[in-house]
Amino acid sequence: MTTDVAEQTKVPVARDGDVVNARQTGRELAASLGFRSTDLTLIATAISEVARNIVLYAGRGEIALSAAYDGSRRGIRVVAQDAGPGIADVELAMRDGYSTGKSLGLGLSGARRLMDEFEIISKVGIGTTITMSKWAR
Amino acid sequence: MLVPILKQGKVLIVSMQASMSDLDLLQLRDELADRVGRLRSSAVVIDVSGLDVMDSFATRTLRGIAHTTRLRGAETVIVGIQPEVAFAMVQLGLTLDDIGTALDLEEGLALATAPRAEACR
Repeated sequence: MTTDVAEQTKVPVARDGDVVNARQTGRELAASLGFRSTDLTLIATAISEVARNIVLYAGRGEIALSAAYDGSRRGIRVVAQDAGPGIADVELAMRDGYSTGKSLGLGLSGARRLMDEFEIISKVGIGTTITMSKWAR
Repeated sequence: MLVPILKQGKVLIVSMQASMSDLDLLQLRDELADRVGRLRSSAVVIDVSGLDVMDSFATRTLRGIAHTTRLRGAETVIVGIQPEVAFAMVQLGLTLDDIGTALDLEEGLALATAPRAEACR
């Protein structure tokens, strides 16, 4: 993809209070990019899910938020990164209702539905990176 | 952060705040389970109109609160889910199952104090 990425805001995620901070920061950035109110809630909710995933499974990580541009389109890009245990079977983890017991199992699959683009790269023992974007309408 | 739990007759009223963390939610659950017994409450009304996000954890905790208080003899009614939040919950596949909901605090209180047979069903 040939999208340009502007400067990033990084939010460290280690405690459950950071989940709230990450989603509020994301909402503010999305609001400044001109997203509608409904989309702001969808974006904040998706960030909340991936941030909680970091706290629950990796312990710590960070969420980088940035504006994204693709031609005339403007959007928000969220990159959630951790150096946790990684996910052995990403396809399984993305399935609705799949959980190792700490959640409802709707977090990652739900976040994917809330955003326009969603990519997850995970290596066992190395960590997980989730990149997701939504475009303003 | 402790959210105040108000008592009106046999009903407990809680107003959730946007800045509540997961731990705050769990603390609220424990506190409510204790209070419904101590104050002999028959219903709990939880106002979530201040929440800008109800993700899978918040939804699961609300269900947990409702089921816990029901086992303690009190029905829970969730009120004030914002339209955007409702939309996001549907996309996430989140449901409140058999928990009563109402548009706002006023309707929720009416539902909570309605005759038992009809309440919250």
